[in-house]
Parts: sequence; structure tokens; C-alpha cells
Amino acid sequence: MAPLVSISGLKVAFNGTPVLHGIDLDIDKGEAVGLVGESGSGKSVTWLAALGLLPAKAKVAGSATLDGRELIGADGKVLDQVRGRRIAMIFQDPASALNPVLTIRRQLCESLALHRGLRGEAARIEALRLLDLVGIPDANRRLSAYPHEFSGGQVQRIMIAIALAGQPHLLIADEPTTALDATIQAQILDLLAAVRREFNMAMVLISHDLGVVAENCDRVCVMYAGRIVERAPATRLFDDPWHPYAQGLIGALPPLDGARRRLQAIPGTVPDPRALPSGCAFAPRCSFAGDGCHAGVPLLAPIVQDRAVACLRPQRLPVELAAE
Amino acid sequence: MTTPLVEINQISRTYRMRTGLFGRTTSVHAVDGLSFSIVKGETLGIVGESGSGKSTTGRMVLGLEPPDAGTVRFDGAPIAAPGTAAWRAQRARMQMIFQDPLGALDRRLPVAEQIREPLDIHDIGTKDERDARVRELLLSVDLNDSHGRRYPGALSGGQRQRIVLARALATRPDFLVCDEPVSALDVSIQAQVVNLLVDLQARLGLTMLFISHDLRVIRQISSKVAVMYLGRIVEYGDADDLFAKPQHPYTQALVSASPAPGRRSIGRIVLTGDPPNPAARPSGCAFHPRCRHASARCAIEVPALAALDAQRQVACHLVTGSQSHTQDAA
Repeated sequence: MAPLVSISGLKVAFNGTPVLHGIDLDIDKGEAVGLVGESGSGKSVTWLAALGLLPAKAKVAGSATLDGRELIGADGKVLDQVRGRRIAMIFQDPASALNPVLTIRRQLCESLALHRGLRGEAARIEALRLLDLVGIPDANRRLSAYPHEFSGGQVQRIMIAIALAGQPHLLIADEPTTALDATIQAQILDLLAAVRREFNMAMVLISHDLGVVAENCDRVCVMYAGRIVERAPATRLFDDPWHPYAQGLIGALPPLDGARRRLQAIPGTVPDPRALPSGCAFAPRCSFAGDGCHAGVPLLAPIVQDRAVACLRPQRLPVELAAE
Repeated sequence: MTTPLVEINQISRTYRMRTGLFGRTTSVHAVDGLSFSIVKGETLGIVGESGSGKSTTGRMVLGLEPPDAGTVRFDGAPIAAPGTAAWRAQRARMQMIFQDPLGALDRRLPVAEQIREPLDIHDIGTKDERDARVRELLLSVDLNDSHGRRYPGALSGGQRQRIVLARALATRPDFLVCDEPVSALDVSIQAQVVNLLVDLQARLGLTMLFISHDLRVIRQISSKVAVMYLGRIVEYGDADDLFAKPQHPYTQALVSASPAPGRRSIGRIVLTGDPPNPAARPSGCAFHPRCRHASARCAIEVPALAALDAQRQVACHLVTGSQSHTQDAA
């Protein structure tokens, strides 16, 4: 089956500083893929670049195709057919994504008119259905409310409703629950899962929270300094990470049960994209790094069928492979 | 070592809020009759969602904000009136760090100067002693002189938070209030700062009040934990035990909402209903509209925080002594 979205060799540079160094990523129909990594690792930029949402000063190279159609450098008209329609996006701060002086109805109907050509009563009925779907109580009355009259969790529900207005095949959720409280986060993640099941919609979940990604995705890509360093099925990655950075991220997470242990902090900080170390960008912080690691950039290489790691010294090798 | 350093007795704080330009004023009970004490050398973690009153509590404990009712006692004495000499002496012994280190630092001053400031203000030591102390403080947070000469803008988020921590430790405080100190940091950096806090606390015998919405971080750092919901403590107990066997339905929901790598959400409790709004506090138990065990009594009567056993206190009508009706939900 051909993938829904296929990204290959995607590179982005801001003012001559490369921030994305060649991303290869396929998203199949209906699957949920998680992107984890720390700030500046390129999780969001990947998708902003693919959808032509970066400012003009950004230089984008490589390829991103949707059903075989190229998106990078595509005409505005082509992108308009894709953005919001085939691929929708929701962001961390839903309040700033909505227009504060327009009612929810206006904003939902705008989306419906743009992507589905619905007007008047038909649009109102569809808007009502979408609000119901995302669990806004008393939807009929709330249609004429303004964004500030809703709580943070409800605003994110409305953003999801607007994103669903175009009946997208892929939803990019960029830190959708980071600004929300734990119990509300659980509600929103639940909603996203229900919506995905109902529409067989693919999802890319961008998050810094390993737990959120682990629980809600089929596959996970770990990003570091503008590269994917490990790609694996969600359950396997967390049970058995191979890249030292992925291991570090998991070790840095305080446990919620069992014995308390000292956290394995990764020493140092994320490198400045203007001064990347030669070779593997993680090598200076890596306790397993050897001479070879500083010499050249390791490529993301498949190890077993569904796992790939960009490391010269991945920490679990042949012995375990034989066992699988 | 069981003398409490900090004793909070029945403190409350109400804010007045007006809805619209000509709207009537409503009272927001940010904190409502809160009592707890922190034993010397221990860390009390306060966990709760936004609007639960945890930051207001932190500010009142430090005397940054006067409680409307109730008392705060520090080392046996009440908090002195702000601006007096006694207050300044007391304040040197209690310090705080907040979530946003960049907001807490002066962007136009090298960070070493800023670490030095409390020493100047409280007139501690000679000039040479202060220089040495600044160097020692930088080292204690795993930084060095070259970091000290930089401006906040030239440091990373984790380094800035270390500077804020070093400055807070300058006067050798006994008590440290940390309000979401690692929430803005990336996971790997967060672990560095959490480890540093744990080490410093052990080495300096600090007493801490640690406020966070992050259950994992709270558990890692605290000896005792108080769970707050709309201005009240709903559950209090030993950190490990509380998260392993939460008794209050709200704590159970919080624990189950905390995603864990490696396990899919099986039987997660997803709360329905609106998030807590301190301006419209429900009658009776504030949690009852979202509680799946709530009965008629919960809507009328406010449950008191009562001892369940020697370790645990719970404010719930359904959780009492030997029998626990909500156990099955854990």
C-alpha cells in the first residue's frame, strides 16, 4: 500500500542555518505516528515545511508528497486544496488560533464553506454536528459564543471540530495537550482517539511528552537536532530503546510507581543549530560515544524490519536481534 | 527532627473579581481554610491543576501575600509585618524559585552580579567573602566562573534556572518554595535540575515546599504530598504511598491520567464535566460534579480532611477508615 504522505530528504534552513537535515518519513492511511524530541529538534518544522507554512526566509529542499503529489514548492492553489482539507493541523495554544472577535459559528462555518462548500442552514447543521461530536455540551446555544467564553479544554475541542470540518485524511496535532491540565489532557486524547477510529484518520502527534506519545501512537520517531535518530513501534521503543538519546529521554522521566531511583539526566544541552558538532550531533552528550561518532553523521539505518536507528553504537545489538 | 519549620493553620485567600465593566463583583476563594505543616528537612509537594490555589498557597507561606484568615508560622514565630527588620531577617531564611527563570533575572546584568545581590542586600560578609561565596554557589549548581560572567540571554533555560537556584541559596536559607521550577524545561534538562535539587536538599538540609502540576516530578522530590482541588487539600500522605494507592477519587483520576510509556491506557479514568473554576465553586464537595462515585450527600456537605490511618488524610465522604468504597477504581 502506498503511503498517504511520504517525506524524503526534507531539509530546512533559516537564514543559511540548517535546522532540518534530511527527514525521511512515511505516514500510512489511518495510522498514528508520534514525533518526540526536545525543543528545537525540528518536530514542528518538519510539518510546517511540508505544508508550505514557513516564512519566505526559510529555504526548504527535498520532497513531501500526498498521494504521490508533490507539496514542496507547489503552487498556492494546490496547497489550498491540501491544507485544512486533506491535512489539518491543531496547535498547542488553541486560544491564539481562534479569532477572539468572531463567534464559534462564524469560524466553524468559514472552514465548512472553504473546504466543503457548505453555506447557510446546511453549514449550521454541520457545525452543530461537529460541536456535538467533539463533546461541547449544549452545542446549539454555544454556537453563538465567543472563544473567551470557553475553557482551555473546550477551546481545544473547538479547534479539533474546525480541523475536522474539512474531513481531513491526516491530522497533525502539534503539542495539542501541553497547555492543558492532566485530567483535561486525558479527555482530549480520548477524543482524538475516538475521532480517529470513527473517520479512519491518520494522525501525527507531536509532543515532548513520551508518555502521551507512547499511549496514543502506533509508531514513534525520536528526533534530535533536526534528524530522526530512532524509529520504532511505540511499545517496543519504550520497552527497549536503542539510540542512547532515546534511552536518555526515557531514563530522565521520573517513575510514578515502584522504587525511586536517581534520574538519568543527559549531561549538557541541546546543541545550537549554528554550531552543530561534527559527526553525530548527540555524541558530545553521549556516554557511549567513540572516535567514529565524531567523524561522520550516522544515517538512519534499518536494523530489523520495522525499526531503524541512526547510531554507530546502538546499545542493543546482534544478541537481541537473534532472539527476535 | 520532627519539629515543624513551617506551620500553616486555616489560611484562606479570597480575590474579588468583577465580571465585565459594570458587572457585579464575585468572590473567588483561591484558598479555603488550608492547614499543613512541614517538618524540618522534609519536602512537601503540592500537586493540583490550574486554579487549585497551589501558587497562592506558596505566596502566602512566604508572606508575599497576606492571608485573609488563618496564620502562617515560620520556625515557631508568626510571619513578621512586611518591611520591618524582623521581616527582612526572616525573609533571608526563606527563598523562592519560580517557573520562568528569564522573568526572574535581570537581562542587563551578568548573572554572577545577580547571585551576589542577596549578599549585598542582607549585608553578609566582606567583599572578598562575597566573591568567594558567589563562586562557591556557582559550583554548587554545577556551573563555573565563565557562566557567571554571562548575561541571562546567553544561558540555556536549564542554566538560567540553576542561576536562580544559586541566588536563592545565597543567604543560606532554611526554607525554599519552588513553584513549578522545572515545568518549562525539556525532559533531559528537567532531570538535571531535579537531581540537583534533591542533592542540594540532602546536603544543605533544606526544607522545601514544591509546587507542581506534574505528578512524576512531585513524587521524585517530595517526602509528603498534598493534593489540592479548588483551594482545599483533598488528600495528604506519604509521597510513594499516595501515588501507589490513591484514595480520593480525584487523586485516582489524576494518577490514572498521567500517561506512562510502555503501557497503553487500560482502564484510564477519564473525568467528564467541566474543569474546576474557582469563581463558581460547586456546593458540598467541590469535586462532586466530576466524581463518578458522588452521592446526594456530596452535593450538600463539605467533606473534612480526616485521617484514614496514621499516614493518610482524605477529604471524601466515601472514603472512611477501614472501608474504602472507591478502592475498586484504583
